[in-house]
Amino acid sequence: MNEILEILTQNARITPEEISKLTGQSVTAVKNIIKKYEKEGIIVQYKTVINKELLEDSRPLVRALIEVSITPQKDVGFDYIAERIFSFPEVKSCYLLSGDYDLLVEVEGENIQMVSNFIASKLSPMSNIRRTATHFLLKKYKEDGHILRKGKQRQRLNISY
Amino acid sequence: MDIAKKVEQLKPSGIRLFFDLVLNMKEVISLGVGEPDFVTPWRIREKAIFSLEQGYTSYTSNKGMIELRRVICHHLQHRHGLKYDPEEETLITVGVSEGLDLAVRAILNPGEKVLIPDPSYVSYPAVVELAGGKVVLLKTDIHNGFKFSAREIDKACAKGAKALMINYPCNPTGASYTRKELLEIARVVERRDLIVISDEVYDELTYDFDHTPLSSLPGMKKRVIYLNGFSKAFAMTGFRLGWACGPSKVIAAMTKIHQYTMLCASITSQMAALEALRGNNHDVLDMKKEYMRRRRFVVTRLNEIGLDCHMPEGAFYVFPSIKKFSKNSIEFATDLLKKKNVALVPGVAFGSTTEGYVRISYASSYENLKEAMLRIESYLKQ
Repeated sequence: MNEILEILTQNARITPEEISKLTGQSVTAVKNIIKKYEKEGIIVQYKTVINKELLEDSRPLVRALIEVSITPQKDVGFDYIAERIFSFPEVKSCYLLSGDYDLLVEVEGENIQMVSNFIASKLSPMSNIRRTATHFLLKKYKEDGHILRKGKQRQRLNISY
Repeated sequence: MDIAKKVEQLKPSGIRLFFDLVLNMKEVISLGVGEPDFVTPWRIREKAIFSLEQGYTSYTSNKGMIELRRVICHHLQHRHGLKYDPEEETLITVGVSEGLDLAVRAILNPGEKVLIPDPSYVSYPAVVELAGGKVVLLKTDIHNGFKFSAREIDKACAKGAKALMINYPCNPTGASYTRKELLEIARVVERRDLIVISDEVYDELTYDFDHTPLSSLPGMKKRVIYLNGFSKAFAMTGFRLGWACGPSKVIAAMTKIHQYTMLCASITSQMAALEALRGNNHDVLDMKKEYMRRRRFVVTRLNEIGLDCHMPEGAFYVFPSIKKFSKNSIEFATDLLKKKNVALVPGVAFGSTTEGYVRISYASSYENLKEAMLRIESYLKQ
């Protein structure tokens, strides 16, 4: 991966001036490269990773992973039905998998009822869906490479040779 | 109680007070740390835990586990084309620190001279003096990138010297030597019939060219005691594990001292080290990439704010000059610490002629480095 992308992946708030100091490229060059990536859709979005478990005032959202088995359709295969599913805003991610079932769909809602309703009224009745199996998420330990707990600070000596 | 003169005469370092001050502070941004800010990769820690569960809690052979010595020799051959015999030419030490002490004690008779770069890692002159040897300093400074030349070694040998200690990439300056420079050094070493103790513990953190072990150069294997370890490449400082490779005669001598003073290195550390070298080296490469960026950032910022700083070739240190602002590096560091809560190491810690410099370690998060540079900048402006 390009070095600038690597740096932005770790810290989306870093400025072009700072990237320039880290990489040795000029500020203008850095800005142009970032613009190009944005235009090409390689940089999709700048996001903040929040550990919601630690947010006291927010009610935790409910997440479910749903295994979906599909009867593929002539010419369009799985893509047609996948698109019908992932277009719902409740669907946070959607993957086509090898193995016992076809799609793994991640759905988020404010409570169990909302998620269940979505599955019962929107997902399951869809034509060509043969079977669904829903797993509600109980606890998140790690997400996208981030370990979700209040990290204990490792103790190094303040100063050493 | 009466203390041995040799020990009493060891440089007590006026720096102790400064260190105590820093160690007792709570909210300090420290650029004074001589170890990686990464924790040992999990695969290595997991292996150490597993070995304990399996009951590996005994002594190992004095020289260290033969499996580990084999893996090290295989690694050296694969990485650098270096051929060492795991049975006779390799010894597992308790960190490179022990390796340095063993090497010096194995080769030195009282009064014999050892060339040591100035500045150098703090234990170099100490181990020579404890072994009854005499230190001859090879001065370096910012204008030659803190490197000594083959000619300077040659000149220093005029009054006779038995050995040369070299550390590259260097703690505290980050300086390292290219293959070409090392070839020139090797020629003088040969002509002056020197033994070289080559401490290459930062070898994986070489940024601008490939690291060349001195012992891989023609004619050098029989003259070099090659020291390396796991602390820096695998962020394993607390495991205390290193190795020494060299001619079987000197390894046998070092093993003799090691078996009477240390018996063997910890088996848990040796088991962890096996995993370190056997697994993939993605962790090392990621770490190196990160340090390279921080090096650029720190050098650029330091020069911007008026501390002259050369671009070092390796390790995770820079060694800027503070001469424009202060004549006394301990005073400078103490004042900066008290006023801005930023810690760094005064240059005098590493040699008497390096007054006027400070060592800054960039083994610290980018956020920390950024904030520290801002604080130093505002300190210099007042």
